[in-house]
Amino acid sequence: MELHDIISIRDLSKSKINHILKVSEDMEKHGARKNKYLDGKILATLFFEPSTRTRLSFETAMGRMGGSSIGFSESGTTSTSKGESLKDTIRTVESYADAIVIRHPQEGSARLAANVASVPVINAGDGSNQHPTQTLLDLYTIKRETGALKKNIALIGDLKYGRTAHSLAYALSMFGAKMTFISPKGLEMPEEVITDLAKFNTKIEETNDLEGSIPGLDVLYVTRIQKERFPDPEEYEKVKGAYKITLKTLESAKKNSIILHPLPRVDEIAPEVDATKHARYFKQVHYGLPVRMALLGLVMGALD
Amino acid sequence: MKGVKVKRIENGTVIDHITGGQALNVLQIIGVHKEYPKAVLTVAMNVPSKKMGTKDIVKIEGRELKAVEVDKISLISPNSSINIIRDFEVKEKKDVSLPKTVEGVLKCDNPNCITNFEATKTLFAVEEISPLKLRCSFCERTMSEREIIKQF
Ligand SMILES: [Zn+2]
Repeated sequence: MELHDIISIRDLSKSKINHILKVSEDMEKHGARKNKYLDGKILATLFFEPSTRTRLSFETAMGRMGGSSIGFSESGTTSTSKGESLKDTIRTVESYADAIVIRHPQEGSARLAANVASVPVINAGDGSNQHPTQTLLDLYTIKRETGALKKNIALIGDLKYGRTAHSLAYALSMFGAKMTFISPKGLEMPEEVITDLAKFNTKIEETNDLEGSIPGLDVLYVTRIQKERFPDPEEYEKVKGAYKITLKTLESAKKNSIILHPLPRVDEIAPEVDATKHARYFKQVHYGLPVRMALLGLVMGALD
Repeated sequence: MKGVKVKRIENGTVIDHITGGQALNVLQIIGVHKEYPKAVLTVAMNVPSKKMGTKDIVKIEGRELKAVEVDKISLISPNSSINIIRDFEVKEKKDVSLPKTVEGVLKCDNPNCITNFEATKTLFAVEEISPLKLRCSFCERTMSEREIIKQF
Protein backbone atom coordinates (compact mmCIF):
# COMPACT_ATOMS: atom_id res chain seq x y z
CA MET A 1 0.00 0.00 0.00
CA GLU A 2 1.24 3.46 -0.90
CA LEU A 3 1.75 5.33 2.37
CA HIS A 4 4.51 7.89 2.46
CA ASP A 5 3.65 10.30 5.28
CA ILE A 6 1.27 10.17 8.23
CA ILE A 7 0.25 13.78 8.78
CA SER A 8 -3.47 13.88 9.38
CA ILE A 9 -6.31 11.44 9.78
CA ARG A 10 -8.05 13.50 7.09
CA ASP A 11 -5.55 12.18 4.53
CA LEU A 12 -6.46 8.56 5.16
CA SER A 13 -9.27 6.68 3.45
CA LYS A 14 -11.31 4.03 5.19
CA SER A 15 -9.53 1.29 3.30
CA LYS A 16 -6.11 2.69 4.21
CA ILE A 17 -7.09 2.82 7.88
CA ASN A 18 -8.38 -0.75 7.70
CA HIS A 19 -5.12 -1.84 6.18
CA ILE A 20 -3.07 -0.08 8.87
CA LEU A 21 -5.15 -1.79 11.56
CA LYS A 22 -4.64 -5.15 9.87
CA VAL A 23 -0.84 -4.71 9.72
CA SER A 24 -0.90 -3.55 13.35
CA GLU A 25 -2.52 -6.84 14.27
CA ASP A 26 0.29 -8.70 12.51
CA MET A 27 2.80 -6.67 14.50
CA GLU A 28 0.97 -7.42 17.73
CA LYS A 29 1.32 -11.14 16.99
CA HIS A 30 5.08 -10.70 16.97
CA GLY A 31 4.76 -9.74 20.62
CA ALA A 32 7.98 -8.64 22.30
CA ARG A 33 10.08 -10.66 19.89
CA LYS A 34 12.39 -8.55 17.82
CA ASN A 35 12.05 -8.61 14.06
CA LYS A 36 14.33 -7.45 11.27
CA TYR A 37 11.96 -5.41 9.10
CA LEU A 38 13.83 -2.16 9.73
CA ASP A 39 17.29 -3.59 10.19
CA GLY A 40 19.90 -0.84 9.75
CA LYS A 41 17.30 1.94 9.36
CA ILE A 42 17.49 5.14 11.34
CA LEU A 43 14.52 7.08 12.68
CA ALA A 44 14.90 10.75 13.64
CA THR A 45 12.59 11.81 16.46
CA LEU A 46 12.35 15.60 16.50
CA PHE A 47 10.47 16.76 19.57
CA PHE A 48 10.24 20.55 19.52
CA GLU A 49 8.12 20.19 22.62
CA PRO A 50 8.41 17.37 25.12
CA SER A 51 6.22 14.27 25.08
CA THR A 52 8.14 11.48 26.71
CA ARG A 53 5.41 8.87 26.24
CA THR A 54 5.05 9.38 22.53
CA ARG A 55 8.79 9.51 21.95
CA LEU A 56 9.44 6.34 23.96
CA SER A 57 6.69 4.56 22.08
CA PHE A 58 8.20 5.42 18.69
CA GLU A 59 11.76 4.63 19.75
CA THR A 60 10.72 1.29 21.25
CA ALA A 61 8.75 0.44 18.10
CA MET A 62 11.81 1.24 16.01
CA GLY A 63 14.04 -0.89 18.24
CA ARG A 64 11.64 -3.84 18.07
CA MET A 65 11.94 -3.78 14.31
CA GLY A 66 15.71 -3.82 14.35
CA GLY A 67 16.25 -0.12 13.65
CA SER A 68 17.69 2.67 15.75
CA SER A 69 16.73 6.23 16.66
CA ILE A 70 18.43 9.60 16.82
CA GLY A 71 16.90 12.94 17.73
CA PHE A 72 16.25 15.58 20.31
CA SER A 73 13.61 16.71 22.72
CA GLU A 74 13.37 20.33 23.70
CA SER A 75 12.47 20.92 27.29
CA GLY A 76 10.83 24.31 26.89
CA THR A 77 7.48 24.97 25.32
CA THR A 78 8.95 27.60 23.02
CA SER A 79 9.23 26.94 19.33
CA THR A 80 12.03 26.27 16.87
CA SER A 81 15.51 25.39 17.99
CA LYS A 82 17.95 28.29 18.22
CA GLY A 83 16.17 30.37 15.65
CA GLU A 84 16.79 27.93 12.83
CA SER A 85 13.87 27.52 10.49
CA LEU A 86 11.95 24.27 10.59
CA LYS A 87 12.65 23.80 6.89
CA ASP A 88 16.41 23.94 7.47
CA THR A 89 16.23 21.56 10.42
CA ILE A 90 14.32 19.05 8.31
CA ARG A 91 16.73 19.35 5.38
CA THR A 92 19.67 18.73 7.71
CA VAL A 93 18.13 15.82 9.55
CA GLU A 94 16.89 14.00 6.49
CA SER A 95 20.43 13.36 5.35
CA TYR A 96 20.93 11.16 8.44
CA ALA A 97 17.57 9.46 8.72
CA ASP A 98 15.29 7.09 6.82
CA ALA A 99 12.16 8.60 8.38
CA ILE A 100 11.26 11.52 10.63
CA VAL A 101 8.85 11.70 13.55
CA ILE A 102 8.02 15.28 14.47
CA ARG A 103 6.21 16.89 17.37
CA HIS A 104 5.94 20.65 17.18
CA PRO A 105 3.90 23.33 18.94
CA GLN A 106 2.65 24.98 15.74
CA GLU A 107 -0.29 23.73 13.71
CA GLY A 108 0.70 22.66 10.22
CA SER A 109 4.36 22.09 11.10
CA ALA A 110 4.27 18.40 10.22
CA ARG A 111 2.71 19.17 6.83
CA LEU A 112 5.45 21.70 6.15
CA ALA A 113 8.09 19.16 7.19
CA ALA A 114 6.59 16.57 4.85
CA ASN A 115 6.56 19.06 1.97
CA VAL A 116 10.28 19.71 2.46
CA ALA A 117 11.51 16.20 3.29
CA SER A 118 12.06 13.47 0.76
CA VAL A 119 12.02 10.83 3.51
CA PRO A 120 8.69 9.88 5.14
CA VAL A 121 7.37 12.11 7.93
CA ILE A 122 5.11 11.01 10.77
CA ASN A 123 3.23 13.66 12.74
CA ALA A 124 3.45 13.05 16.49
CA GLY A 125 1.37 16.13 17.30
CA ASP A 126 1.28 19.56 15.63
CA GLY A 127 -0.03 22.08 18.14
CA SER A 128 -3.75 21.68 18.66
CA ASN A 129 -4.27 20.17 15.21
CA GLN A 130 -3.54 16.48 14.71
CA HIS A 131 -1.91 13.51 16.39
CA PRO A 132 -2.79 10.78 13.89
CA THR A 133 -0.85 7.92 15.49
CA GLN A 134 -2.87 8.47 18.67
CA THR A 135 -6.08 8.36 16.63
CA LEU A 136 -5.00 5.16 14.89
CA LEU A 137 -4.11 3.48 18.16
CA ASP A 138 -7.47 4.57 19.58
CA LEU A 139 -9.21 2.95 16.61
CA TYR A 140 -7.09 -0.15 16.99
CA THR A 141 -7.97 -0.42 20.67
CA ILE A 142 -11.71 -0.03 20.02
CA LYS A 143 -11.64 -2.63 17.27
CA ARG A 144 -9.48 -5.04 19.23
CA GLU A 145 -11.44 -4.72 22.48
CA THR A 146 -15.01 -4.56 21.14
CA GLY A 147 -14.64 -6.34 17.82
CA ALA A 148 -15.79 -3.41 15.64
CA LEU A 149 -15.67 0.35 15.10
CA LYS A 150 -19.38 0.74 14.37
CA LYS A 151 -20.38 0.98 18.02
CA ASN A 152 -22.07 3.38 20.42
CA ILE A 153 -19.17 5.54 21.43
CA ALA A 154 -19.12 8.51 23.79
CA LEU A 155 -16.42 11.13 23.82
CA ILE A 156 -16.38 12.63 27.30
CA GLY A 157 -14.73 15.71 28.80
CA ASP A 158 -13.18 18.75 27.15
CA LEU A 159 -14.35 18.39 23.57
CA LYS A 160 -13.75 22.01 22.70
CA TYR A 161 -9.96 22.08 22.89
CA GLY A 162 -9.19 18.36 22.78
CA ARG A 163 -7.56 17.59 19.45
CA THR A 164 -7.67 13.88 20.31
CA ALA A 165 -11.45 14.04 20.47
CA HIS A 166 -11.74 15.96 17.18
CA SER A 167 -9.60 13.53 15.19
CA LEU A 168 -11.19 10.47 16.76
CA ALA A 169 -14.68 11.79 16.06
CA TYR A 170 -13.68 12.33 12.44
CA ALA A 171 -12.26 8.83 12.06
CA LEU A 172 -15.16 7.12 13.83
CA SER A 173 -17.62 9.00 11.62
CA MET A 174 -15.98 7.44 8.58
CA PHE A 175 -16.73 4.03 10.05
CA GLY A 176 -20.35 4.79 10.88
CA ALA A 177 -20.07 4.74 14.65
CA LYS A 178 -22.93 6.29 16.62
CA MET A 179 -21.45 9.03 18.73
CA THR A 180 -22.45 10.85 21.87
CA PHE A 181 -20.53 13.97 22.80
CA ILE A 182 -20.66 14.50 26.54
CA SER A 183 -19.07 17.65 27.88
CA PRO A 184 -19.52 20.38 30.47
CA LYS A 185 -21.18 23.61 29.35
CA GLY A 186 -18.67 25.78 27.52
CA LEU A 187 -16.44 22.84 26.52
CA GLU A 188 -18.76 21.37 23.88
CA MET A 189 -17.55 20.03 20.55
CA PRO A 190 -17.00 23.05 18.25
CA GLU A 191 -19.69 23.74 15.68
CA GLU A 192 -17.03 23.57 12.98
CA VAL A 193 -16.14 19.99 13.83
CA ILE A 194 -19.78 18.92 13.88
CA THR A 195 -20.49 20.55 10.50
CA ASP A 196 -17.46 18.75 9.13
CA LEU A 197 -18.76 15.37 10.35
CA ALA A 198 -22.11 15.92 8.65
CA LYS A 199 -20.63 14.73 5.35
CA PHE A 200 -20.45 11.20 6.75
CA ASN A 201 -24.14 11.21 7.81
CA THR A 202 -23.07 10.26 11.29
CA LYS A 203 -25.56 9.86 14.12
CA ILE A 204 -24.50 12.40 16.72
CA GLU A 205 -26.00 13.22 20.06
CA GLU A 206 -24.80 16.06 22.25
CA THR A 207 -25.44 16.27 25.95
CA ASN A 208 -24.16 17.59 29.26
CA ASP A 209 -25.60 14.56 31.05
CA LEU A 210 -23.04 11.83 31.69
CA GLU A 211 -25.07 9.62 34.02
CA GLY A 212 -28.09 9.44 31.74
CA SER A 213 -26.00 8.46 28.74
CA ILE A 214 -24.07 5.59 30.32
CA PRO A 215 -26.54 2.68 29.79
CA GLY A 216 -26.47 2.85 25.98
CA LEU A 217 -22.71 3.04 25.54
CA ASP A 218 -20.21 0.46 24.31
CA VAL A 219 -17.19 2.74 24.63
CA LEU A 220 -16.51 5.62 27.01
CA TYR A 221 -13.61 7.64 25.67
CA VAL A 222 -12.63 9.99 28.50
CA THR A 223 -10.43 13.04 27.97
CA ARG A 224 -8.81 15.50 30.35
CA ILE A 225 -10.62 18.56 31.57
CA GLN A 226 -7.94 21.14 32.19
CA LYS A 227 -8.16 23.56 35.05
CA GLU A 228 -6.80 26.45 32.98
CA ARG A 229 -9.86 26.36 30.72
CA PHE A 230 -11.96 27.71 33.59
CA PRO A 231 -11.67 31.32 34.69
CA ASP A 232 -13.36 30.40 37.97
CA PRO A 233 -11.63 27.65 40.03
CA GLU A 234 -14.90 26.83 41.80
CA GLU A 235 -16.58 26.13 38.49
CA TYR A 236 -13.74 23.76 37.62
CA GLU A 237 -14.15 21.80 40.86
CA LYS A 238 -17.88 21.42 40.22
CA VAL A 239 -17.42 20.25 36.63
CA LYS A 240 -14.59 17.92 37.57
CA GLY A 241 -16.85 16.09 40.01
CA ALA A 242 -19.75 15.83 37.59
CA TYR A 243 -17.69 14.27 34.79
CA LYS A 244 -15.61 11.89 36.83
CA ILE A 245 -15.97 8.18 36.11
CA THR A 246 -16.42 6.31 39.39
CA LEU A 247 -17.71 2.88 40.37
CA LYS A 248 -21.05 4.53 40.98
CA THR A 249 -21.16 6.04 37.47
CA LEU A 250 -20.55 2.58 36.07
CA GLU A 251 -23.42 0.90 37.93
CA SER A 252 -25.74 1.39 34.96
CA ALA A 253 -23.07 0.62 32.33
CA LYS A 254 -23.34 -2.28 29.89
CA LYS A 255 -21.48 -5.31 31.20
CA ASN A 256 -18.96 -5.38 28.38
CA SER A 257 -18.58 -1.64 27.84
CA ILE A 258 -15.03 -0.34 27.92
CA ILE A 259 -13.32 2.83 29.14
CA LEU A 260 -10.46 4.44 27.23
CA HIS A 261 -8.33 7.51 27.98
CA PRO A 262 -5.40 8.93 25.98
CA LEU A 263 -3.44 9.39 29.24
CA PRO A 264 -2.00 10.93 31.28
CA ARG A 265 -5.14 11.30 33.34
CA VAL A 266 -5.53 13.79 36.15
CA ASP A 267 -8.60 12.62 38.00
CA GLU A 268 -11.22 12.05 35.35
CA ILE A 269 -11.25 8.35 36.25
CA ALA A 270 -11.24 7.22 39.87
CA PRO A 271 -8.36 4.82 40.68
CA GLU A 272 -10.78 2.12 41.90
CA VAL A 273 -12.14 1.89 38.34
CA ASP A 274 -8.75 0.49 37.24
CA ALA A 275 -9.57 -2.88 38.77
CA THR A 276 -12.86 -3.26 36.85
CA LYS A 277 -12.95 -5.02 33.51
CA HIS A 278 -14.23 -1.85 31.93
CA ALA A 279 -10.81 -0.25 32.30
CA ARG A 280 -8.79 -0.66 29.09
CA TYR A 281 -6.67 2.50 29.11
CA PHE A 282 -3.46 0.73 29.98
CA LYS A 283 -4.10 -1.78 27.26
CA GLN A 284 -4.60 1.19 24.98
CA VAL A 285 -1.06 2.36 25.77
CA HIS A 286 0.20 -1.12 25.08
CA TYR A 287 -1.47 -1.13 21.64
CA GLY A 288 0.44 2.01 20.72
CA LEU A 289 3.46 -0.15 20.10
CA PRO A 290 2.13 -2.51 17.39
CA VAL A 291 0.36 0.41 15.69
CA ARG A 292 3.54 2.50 15.56
CA MET A 293 5.55 -0.52 14.40
CA ALA A 294 3.06 -1.00 11.57
CA LEU A 295 3.25 2.68 10.59
CA LEU A 296 7.05 2.76 10.65
CA GLY A 297 7.23 -0.40 8.57
CA LEU A 298 4.65 0.88 6.09
CA VAL A 299 6.10 4.35 5.50
CA MET A 300 9.62 2.97 5.09
CA GLY A 301 8.36 0.36 2.64
CA ALA A 302 9.42 -2.61 4.77
CA LEU A 303 5.83 -3.80 5.13
CA ASP A 304 3.05 -3.60 2.62
CA MET B 1 -29.07 46.31 -18.60
CA LYS B 2 -32.37 48.04 -19.23
CA GLY B 3 -32.58 51.34 -17.40
CA VAL B 4 -28.92 51.47 -16.48
CA LYS B 5 -26.84 53.89 -18.51
CA VAL B 6 -23.15 53.38 -18.32
CA LYS B 7 -20.73 55.40 -20.35
CA ARG B 8 -18.33 53.39 -22.46
CA ILE B 9 -14.74 53.56 -21.35
CA GLU B 10 -11.70 54.14 -23.49
CA ASN B 11 -9.09 52.10 -21.67
CA GLY B 12 -9.60 49.97 -18.62
CA THR B 13 -11.50 47.01 -17.30
CA VAL B 14 -15.13 46.03 -17.10
CA ILE B 15 -15.94 43.34 -14.60
CA ASP B 16 -19.35 41.93 -15.40
CA HIS B 17 -21.53 39.22 -13.88
CA ILE B 18 -20.30 39.92 -10.38
CA THR B 19 -22.34 38.03 -7.81
CA GLY B 20 -25.09 40.43 -6.67
CA GLY B 21 -23.91 42.50 -3.71
CA GLN B 22 -20.20 41.75 -4.08
CA ALA B 23 -19.19 44.89 -6.04
CA LEU B 24 -17.89 46.70 -2.98
CA ASN B 25 -15.70 43.74 -2.09
CA VAL B 26 -14.38 43.75 -5.64
CA LEU B 27 -13.44 47.42 -5.22
CA GLN B 28 -11.72 46.51 -1.99
CA ILE B 29 -9.68 43.84 -3.80
CA ILE B 30 -8.64 46.26 -6.52
CA GLY B 31 -7.66 48.72 -3.80
CA VAL B 32 -9.41 51.71 -5.36
CA HIS B 33 -9.66 53.49 -2.04
CA LYS B 34 -5.99 53.01 -1.16
CA GLU B 35 -3.85 52.71 -4.27
CA TYR B 36 -6.13 54.40 -6.77
CA PRO B 37 -8.10 57.00 -4.86
CA LYS B 38 -8.69 59.00 -8.03
CA ALA B 39 -9.69 56.13 -10.29
CA VAL B 40 -12.72 56.84 -12.45
CA LEU B 41 -15.20 54.18 -11.49
CA THR B 42 -18.68 53.14 -12.42
CA VAL B 43 -20.42 50.74 -10.12
CA ALA B 44 -23.80 49.20 -10.74
CA MET B 45 -25.32 47.01 -8.10
CA ASN B 46 -28.20 44.56 -8.11
CA VAL B 47 -28.85 44.92 -11.82
CA PRO B 48 -31.54 42.47 -12.99
CA SER B 49 -29.93 39.63 -14.92
CA LYS B 50 -31.62 36.79 -16.78
CA LYS B 51 -28.84 34.38 -15.97
CA MET B 52 -28.11 35.35 -12.40
CA GLY B 53 -31.19 37.01 -10.96
CA THR B 54 -29.18 40.07 -10.00
CA LYS B 55 -25.61 40.99 -10.76
CA ASP B 56 -23.15 43.79 -10.10
CA ILE B 57 -20.90 45.51 -12.62
CA VAL B 58 -17.69 47.46 -12.03
CA LYS B 59 -15.93 49.59 -14.64
CA ILE B 60 -12.51 51.03 -13.98
CA GLU B 61 -10.96 53.61 -16.24
CA GLY B 62 -7.29 53.31 -17.15
CA ARG B 63 -6.43 50.21 -15.25
CA GLU B 64 -6.04 46.51 -15.99
CA LEU B 65 -6.19 43.79 -13.33
CA LYS B 66 -3.24 41.91 -11.90
CA ALA B 67 -3.34 38.11 -11.76
CA VAL B 68 -3.56 38.11 -7.97
CA GLU B 69 -6.60 40.41 -8.14
CA VAL B 70 -8.32 38.09 -10.59
CA ASP B 71 -7.61 35.20 -8.19
CA LYS B 72 -9.21 37.08 -5.33
CA ILE B 73 -12.24 38.09 -7.37
CA SER B 74 -12.71 34.45 -8.36
CA LEU B 75 -13.09 33.62 -4.67
CA ILE B 76 -15.97 35.93 -3.87
CA SER B 77 -17.58 36.08 -7.29
CA PRO B 78 -16.77 32.91 -9.19
CA ASN B 79 -18.94 33.68 -12.22
CA SER B 80 -17.54 37.08 -13.12
CA SER B 81 -16.24 37.90 -16.55
CA ILE B 82 -13.41 40.34 -17.00
CA ASN B 83 -13.17 42.48 -20.13
CA ILE B 84 -10.02 44.41 -20.91
CA ILE B 85 -10.86 47.52 -22.93
CA ARG B 86 -8.42 49.30 -25.21
CA ASP B 87 -9.56 52.11 -27.54
CA PHE B 88 -13.21 51.55 -26.63
CA GLU B 89 -13.00 47.93 -27.73
CA VAL B 90 -12.98 44.67 -25.80
CA LYS B 91 -9.47 43.40 -26.45
CA GLU B 92 -9.50 40.49 -24.05
CA LYS B 93 -12.27 38.65 -22.25
CA LYS B 94 -11.80 36.08 -19.58
CA ASP B 95 -14.25 34.24 -17.41
CA VAL B 96 -12.95 33.71 -13.93
CA SER B 97 -13.60 30.38 -12.28
CA LEU B 98 -13.33 29.26 -8.72
CA PRO B 99 -10.18 27.22 -8.27
CA LYS B 100 -10.06 24.02 -6.20
CA THR B 101 -7.14 25.39 -4.23
CA VAL B 102 -5.89 28.89 -3.46
CA GLU B 103 -2.14 29.25 -3.38
CA GLY B 104 -0.22 32.17 -1.93
CA VAL B 105 -3.02 34.75 -2.20
CA LEU B 106 -4.24 34.69 1.40
CA LYS B 107 -2.78 34.58 4.86
CA CYS B 108 -3.98 31.97 7.36
CA ASP B 109 -6.17 33.44 10.08
CA ASN B 110 -4.87 31.04 12.72
CA PRO B 111 -2.08 32.93 14.53
CA ASN B 112 -0.45 29.64 15.55
CA CYS B 113 -0.36 28.28 12.00
CA ILE B 114 3.17 27.40 10.85
CA THR B 115 2.64 29.52 7.71
CA ASN B 116 2.65 32.59 9.97
CA PHE B 117 6.09 31.63 11.33
CA GLU B 118 7.99 30.21 8.38
CA ALA B 119 8.50 31.68 4.96
CA THR B 120 6.25 29.44 2.94
CA LYS B 121 3.44 29.80 0.41
CA THR B 122 0.03 29.36 1.96
CA LEU B 123 -2.34 26.83 0.46
CA PHE B 124 -6.09 26.53 1.02
CA ALA B 125 -8.61 24.03 -0.26
CA VAL B 126 -11.97 25.43 -1.34
CA GLU B 127 -14.47 23.60 0.81
CA GLU B 128 -17.64 25.55 0.11
CA ILE B 129 -18.45 28.07 -2.58
CA SER B 130 -21.35 30.13 -1.29
CA PRO B 131 -20.73 31.37 1.25
CA LEU B 132 -17.07 30.76 0.68
CA LYS B 133 -15.23 28.47 3.07
CA LEU B 134 -11.53 27.61 2.76
CA ARG B 135 -9.49 25.10 4.73
CA CYS B 136 -5.81 25.73 5.37
CA SER B 137 -3.81 22.77 4.08
CA PHE B 138 -1.31 23.24 6.88
CA CYS B 139 -3.18 23.82 10.14
CA GLU B 140 -6.50 22.47 8.76
CA ARG B 141 -8.55 25.34 10.23
CA THR B 142 -11.29 26.82 8.11
CA MET B 143 -11.76 30.47 7.16
CA SER B 144 -15.18 31.93 6.49
CA GLU B 145 -16.03 34.40 3.74
CA ARG B 146 -16.16 37.19 6.32
CA GLU B 147 -12.66 36.43 7.55
CA ILE B 148 -11.36 36.18 4.01
CA ILE B 149 -12.84 39.49 2.88
CA LYS B 150 -11.20 41.22 5.83
CA GLN B 151 -7.84 40.49 4.18
CA PHE B 152 -8.64 42.26 0.93
ZN1 LIG C 1 -3.23 27.62 8.67
